Amino acid sequence: MRSSSAVVVLVVAGLLAAGGALSAQHATAFDIEDGGRAFRNTCANCHGPDGDQVAGIDLGRGQFRRTLTDQELVGIIRNGIPNTPMPANNVSEAQAVKIVAYLRSLAESRRGVAASGNAARGKSIFDGKGSCATCHRVNGSGSRVGPDLSRIGQVRRTIELEQSLIEPAAEVLPANRSYHVTTRDGATVLGRLLNHDTFTVQMLDSKEQLRSFVKADLKEFGFAPTSMPSYRSTLDAQETADVVSYLASLKGRAKP
Amino acid sequence: MMARTCVIVFLAAVSLQAQVTFDRILGAEREPQNWLSYSGTLFNQRFSPLTQITPANAKNLQLQWVWQARSLEKFEATALVVDGVLYTVQAPNDVVALDAVTGRVFWTYSHQPAPDARTCCGRVNRGLAILGDTLYMGTIDAHLLAIDAKSGSLIWDTTVASSAQRYSITHSPLVVKDKVIVGTAGGDMGIRGIVAAFDTKTGKEVWRFHTIPGPGEPGNDSWSGNSWMTGGAGVWNAGAYDPETNLTFWGTGNPAPDWDGRNRLGDNLYSDSVVALDADTGKLKWHYQFTPHDELDYDSTQVPVLADVTFRGQPRKVMLWANRNGVMYVLDRKTGEFLLGKPYVKVNWMDGFDHKGRPKRVPGKIPTPEGTLIQPHVHGATNWAPPSFSPKTGWFYVAHWENSGTIVTEGLSPRPVGVNTRQTTMGQVNLQQFYNNDEEAYGVVRAYDPSTLEPKWEYRMNDITWGGVLTTASDVLFSGGKEGYFFALDARTGALLWKASVGGQVNSGPMSYSVGGRQYVTIAAGSALFAYALPQGQ
Repeated sequence: MRSSSAVVVLVVAGLLAAGGALSAQHATAFDIEDGGRAFRNTCANCHGPDGDQVAGIDLGRGQFRRTLTDQELVGIIRNGIPNTPMPANNVSEAQAVKIVAYLRSLAESRRGVAASGNAARGKSIFDGKGSCATCHRVNGSGSRVGPDLSRIGQVRRTIELEQSLIEPAAEVLPANRSYHVTTRDGATVLGRLLNHDTFTVQMLDSKEQLRSFVKADLKEFGFAPTSMPSYRSTLDAQETADVVSYLASLKGRAKP
Repeated sequence: MMARTCVIVFLAAVSLQAQVTFDRILGAEREPQNWLSYSGTLFNQRFSPLTQITPANAKNLQLQWVWQARSLEKFEATALVVDGVLYTVQAPNDVVALDAVTGRVFWTYSHQPAPDARTCCGRVNRGLAILGDTLYMGTIDAHLLAIDAKSGSLIWDTTVASSAQRYSITHSPLVVKDKVIVGTAGGDMGIRGIVAAFDTKTGKEVWRFHTIPGPGEPGNDSWSGNSWMTGGAGVWNAGAYDPETNLTFWGTGNPAPDWDGRNRLGDNLYSDSVVALDADTGKLKWHYQFTPHDELDYDSTQVPVLADVTFRGQPRKVMLWANRNGVMYVLDRKTGEFLLGKPYVKVNWMDGFDHKGRPKRVPGKIPTPEGTLIQPHVHGATNWAPPSFSPKTGWFYVAHWENSGTIVTEGLSPRPVGVNTRQTTMGQVNLQQFYNNDEEAYGVVRAYDPSTLEPKWEYRMNDITWGGVLTTASDVLFSGGKEGYFFALDARTGALLWKASVGGQVNSGPMSYSVGGRQYVTIAAGSALFAYALPQGQ
């Protein structure tokens, strides 16, 4: 799966190169991945993970206030735009080039379905039919067993959210991997892996307990398939769009 | 057999990993396996009821694990332990959850302090508070954070004061009922000190007490001109709580500027004091000022230790205080009445007390252009390191040091400087070479009888100490020092029982917990946290 993703990205990068993108033309899949990280750290707070949160600008679709070359974009990322909220950013030219490569790759990728969704309906599904809070936590409510989703709309693109609902096993972040252990008396513990080493493993179990085990004391241990179910057959297209729309609206709690 | 034991231990740990209610914190002595607040209980006695480690077997203590912090700052935090999970702070403000048996990491939460955060004496943190499933941490950019103890995710983040104005928070917060209370440091940089309480659920401020009264408030006239506005009196060490009176107690820091009182004439209330505040309202109930009009940097930010003792033949509810100014105090903790005060090191700035407990100043013992020999010197007889009270022995245990030095003012706008004659430097991370002779500064751990403040025994070190003290119900005392040793003493005699070279300065207080019936004792030294226990089966 991972290698095929990389191939897709390389193809996208190749298309960009064919299109004559000046700075990003030598971007590799790793450059784009790096650029994505830098984008999420530096840009997504204002522009959003899809790059469409500032009025009139849709970075993810290559829509700017005017046509810009890659080199001009690099300049804007680093120097900002005077008399606008766009600040100068403390990133190197190489980093800025990678961000631009990432943005160009976004423009080529599919968008999530959130645009047709209704966040309020999505919340109802999240709390009701979807039983999402059985595993996930939002702003202090719900379970800690799955990833906390309080800020998920700030860090994940809608297409990624949609994929997580339809095909949850396709990409699981390392910090969200499931793990199981079986003790010598046969008790099985399943949970989210927090850390492991040659001799021990730490997890948050399905009862929300922080657990640490010495591997030598276990009969079995190892990674488990994600416990996130696919909602492909549970939710229809509109419901999926509603839930994605709700998730995209989660930007963290307001300050006290 | 061993596997079955492990299973039982795991099951026990799981069944106990429950919400930390305020009742649990109040009755922390009923669950000696845990360490639920900075000094173990809200009385700050730093006393563990655990008895597995004894004077007879302490020599067998072995290192169980080491956790290395990714920080070059002093490691001043005391960990909390809740049902097998240890929570501590990697300086300045990263919260870490560790397995208390193996020292392996469950999660880390990183707070990036604002670039304008400034502290006088290290970007440090002394620990956390917990209530329910939520940890609380003050930060060096003067925020108070609530962090989920299970997942390490941020719940809320409240700005207590402005880091741009040099406010910071370095001590462990105090949880009282449904409030979390913190004070602000920055007294060397002209802040106006604050103690403030916040709703534990929402982070909303409930009350705020200024350690320097404003215009119209009693005590404001103890500051000349507008000096009250930037008079310091920071709060940078843990508070205490007495449920009987619903009072919280906080030590306050030096008035600012530290060594020059000419533009802040008066007593400078409530600097260098202990203030007793109603936990629900923040209203001042009483105060006692240890060093009126301080010009020697004698912060009174030691940890208030509450104890029930026999004093002059009568049971008495007291507060014990070994002050940076070289004097030890016994106060009535209900009223603030001064009961007893006595120098515990060489002191030359005061000579006795009046009938209300106000120190009689020795004329001329202030910074001068010619230089004045001051005892104790600027770092004090003790500083912030937490002491211990053992209800078992009834004694008060303090790690402190003898030192003196010359303080000089120089220049048109006097800038006091310390000339170290018999003084050693402040705590650092690494070991320092040491050249003092026997007459110069040295550190000791001493046991004091609270009814007389006379020492019962002393354990002397070559170098000074920034280490705290832990005592246990089996009469073992743990402490450490700047020389990089962590050691155990007999709490009744002061005899050395055991020592370990930890390769870095001890800048923290020891604590103890148990998991699966095995007692551990931890100490932070250098950049690392060390855990010791007896060999399995002993």
